[in-house]
Amino acid sequence: MYDWHEIGALDDIPRLGSRVVNTPHGDVAIFRTADDQVFALRDRCPHKGGPLSQGIVHGHRITCPLHNWVLELESGQAVAPDVGCATRYPTRLEDGRLWLGLNNVVSLPSASREAA
Amino acid sequence: MNAKERLVLVGNGMAGMRTLEELLAIAPDKFDITVFGAEPHGNYNRILLSPVLAGEKSIDQIMINDLNWYAEKGIRLYAGQEVTRINRARRQIHATDGTIAPYDRLLLATGSNPFILPIPGNDLPGVIGFRDIKDVETMLAAAQTGKHAVIIGGGLLGLEAANGLMKQGMQVTVVHVLDTLMERQLDPVAADMLRASLEERGLRFLMGANTAAVLGEERVRAVRFKDGLEIPADLVVMAVGIRPNIELAKQAGIYCERGVVVNDTMQSYDPRVYAVGECVQHRGQCYGLVAPLWEQAKVCANHLARYGIGRYQGSVTSTKLKVTGIDLFSAGDFNGGPGCEEIVLRDPARGVYKKLVVKENRVQGAVLYGDTVDGTWYFQLLREGTDIGAFRETVLFGHAHMADSGRDGFSVMTMTDDAEICGCNGVCKGAIVKAIAEKKLFTVDEVRAHTKASASCGSCTGLVEQILAATVGTFDKTPKEKALCQCTEHSHDQVRKTIREQRLTSLRAVFDFMEWKTPDGCHSCRPAINYYLISTWPDEAQDDQQSRFVNERVHANIQKDGTYSVVPRMWGGLTNPKELRAIADVADKFKIPTVKVTGGQRIDLLGVKKEDLPKVWADLNAAGMVSGHAYGKSLRTVKTCVGSDWCRFGTQDSTGLGVKLEKMTWGSWTPHKFKMAVSGCPRNCAEATIKDFGVVCVESGYEIHVGGNGGIKIRGTDLLCKCATEEEVKEYCCAFMQIYREEGRYLERTAPWIERVGLSYVKARIVEDEENRKALYARFLDSQKYAQIDPWAERASGRVDAHEFQPLRQVG
Repeated sequence: MYDWHEIGALDDIPRLGSRVVNTPHGDVAIFRTADDQVFALRDRCPHKGGPLSQGIVHGHRITCPLHNWVLELESGQAVAPDVGCATRYPTRLEDGRLWLGLNNVVSLPSASREAA
Repeated sequence: MNAKERLVLVGNGMAGMRTLEELLAIAPDKFDITVFGAEPHGNYNRILLSPVLAGEKSIDQIMINDLNWYAEKGIRLYAGQEVTRINRARRQIHATDGTIAPYDRLLLATGSNPFILPIPGNDLPGVIGFRDIKDVETMLAAAQTGKHAVIIGGGLLGLEAANGLMKQGMQVTVVHVLDTLMERQLDPVAADMLRASLEERGLRFLMGANTAAVLGEERVRAVRFKDGLEIPADLVVMAVGIRPNIELAKQAGIYCERGVVVNDTMQSYDPRVYAVGECVQHRGQCYGLVAPLWEQAKVCANHLARYGIGRYQGSVTSTKLKVTGIDLFSAGDFNGGPGCEEIVLRDPARGVYKKLVVKENRVQGAVLYGDTVDGTWYFQLLREGTDIGAFRETVLFGHAHMADSGRDGFSVMTMTDDAEICGCNGVCKGAIVKAIAEKKLFTVDEVRAHTKASASCGSCTGLVEQILAATVGTFDKTPKEKALCQCTEHSHDQVRKTIREQRLTSLRAVFDFMEWKTPDGCHSCRPAINYYLISTWPDEAQDDQQSRFVNERVHANIQKDGTYSVVPRMWGGLTNPKELRAIADVADKFKIPTVKVTGGQRIDLLGVKKEDLPKVWADLNAAGMVSGHAYGKSLRTVKTCVGSDWCRFGTQDSTGLGVKLEKMTWGSWTPHKFKMAVSGCPRNCAEATIKDFGVVCVESGYEIHVGGNGGIKIRGTDLLCKCATEEEVKEYCCAFMQIYREEGRYLERTAPWIERVGLSYVKARIVEDEENRKALYARFLDSQKYAQIDPWAERASGRVDAHEFQPLRQVG
């Protein structure tokens, strides 16, 4: 189950950009794509822990700023040939307000993967 | 009674002392050590006596261990004491002054003596060998008073002595009994080239000459030959060979032939007595070169320490002639024999001769003259018995030719699976071959993606291409023009041309007009297109922040832990107490963990938290500092030396000029980073000749150098032209930057750009074409109007990109 948190307005995030939300799970990166969809991933690249929020958003993908790993925003999966996964979190957009769903059992990041 | 075992070393030369050093490294407390040396010095590097004679080095410079070293190590040194007798029954040695030293282990390293021809007059004053410091002192003294020197022996040592004495001002004649010089190291062709080159320098040669007698009464006066010829001589150096010095050993009844006979553990027939160096005969072989001594020393030390591993199995030797300006290398069997073939490259105009003797595709010997860069490589092939069949046709062009461009696709075949191909990412050949086979890869990009080989610095791309070609067979590696990225078929140049011709000013316009395959590009093409847009239309195109790499978006360098580094600009490397105080205060206030001086003469603050960046910048701004753009594809630094203001060699105001260049060009975006330097004189302390744009001041003006790079692949600059005034330098600087900005591909440094378009093209565009140069200059200055806004001040104000530096929200 999720606890839903209001985190701001859509326009707080630039198109093809990202902002960070500090949570008890660690930092979560909120991405906004060109078609105004919003995604959330844990702000740690599965490769070497790079902050994904600082990367370049393209299509429904994010490129990590440290070593150019590319991850799918929808699943958190690394694009082949790289193998790895960043935890994803559900988001909702209601009346121009953004909501982030966090697993209400605050525990290790691996627990929140089931929620995905 | 001493608890330690006693080791006595006879001979304070290179082999013996090297053995002690090796021993002290592995078993420092095992022995109580005593050393006897006939010479009254510490230990010195005998092979450097030739440069001492030639006046290129001093005695001090060739000392390996001075007397203090022995004291520090607790070694008793008897310098200037000859050992007269070994009493093996009592295990004692006796020295000239009556000293008696008992031993548990004895190490003989008595070296060799120069062979003195058995001819009348060979004992006259002024007749010497070339062996030790005393000989060198005698020669230097003779050069002061005498005029004529005769060197008997045209081998390695003789020629080095001859060269040295000639440099000391003597007229030198080299007498050699055979028709070719250095017959033990050179074949006749190389020997003739060497002789011609030495004759050009002023040496005289008497070849095929048999010396009959040395003439003189009080001291040497002349040399007479068997055919009756007499030549004057104030000094005669006998360099006809060496004889192992085995008197002492023989006297003690230790078995000797030509040298002290030792086994593979460097033990003589008396197991308490070891021997190393030139006095040794091992498997029938005596050595007079230094490399075998090192190998012997290692083995011997190991056995003295009772480690009991390691055997000396003989050495293959190589030779270099220590005569400045003559490059000569020889190794192994260079004359060949039945079943041998010779691979020869001979270029008389360049003075280059290379010969490899090959038997069944394995190198047996090598002679190199004029170009000896690959000596060590050939020597390695020789020692390791490498099969050169796969690269035989290019082997003479050298190792660099194979490894660097690697276009011929041979060298990788010979590499083992565990050979590292990509140093950045630690990828071995085996891993690449495996990935190609298992994942069915066909392009370098695929190999890069799957293995990371060549994904970082790219310098191993040639090798990766070779491995790919060798593994999947030949492939077409030159599609017409390389696409910018996987989002398009178009190349960098096509994109830029279209932006200019169609007057495209936004990424969206480029994607639409050029029919991009993806909706909004990728991390490769977006920064490139953004650069092409803003460099082509500086006043019209909108700089798209979301298409910039994070460093250029937040104007700091991201670090591995997600923190940032901040480098304020220091114009021309100048700073002052106020700036330094501000930097110190900032470091304290924001608890910045690391403060480092950079190679570009600035100060780097490392480990700044992202949310602190605007506050750090505000404080630095307050002290008058602006962004150093250390994070950008842009002008980085202008490195300078102190120039004529302070330096006694400075010819122009290099610091001032550097500051002017930096003030003029800062803030400009370029295809890749762009570094400059100004040196105040040709000593070039600012290292201007490895910069993208370098100025070297001379008395008469300013040399302009371009296209240098000190990174992965070092490239010295090309000299573009000379300028008379600072104004001219500024014009050339902007013109060069602008043509690079307009024509260089994104992420292409000036070095590869110049290699691609050619220096003559650059010269034609900006040196010979004055009108074009002025137009480029004007365009550069125009675009600077939009560029010289401090990005730090903008962001510190909170009015620009504030969202970049604050979390969106805190929850939970």
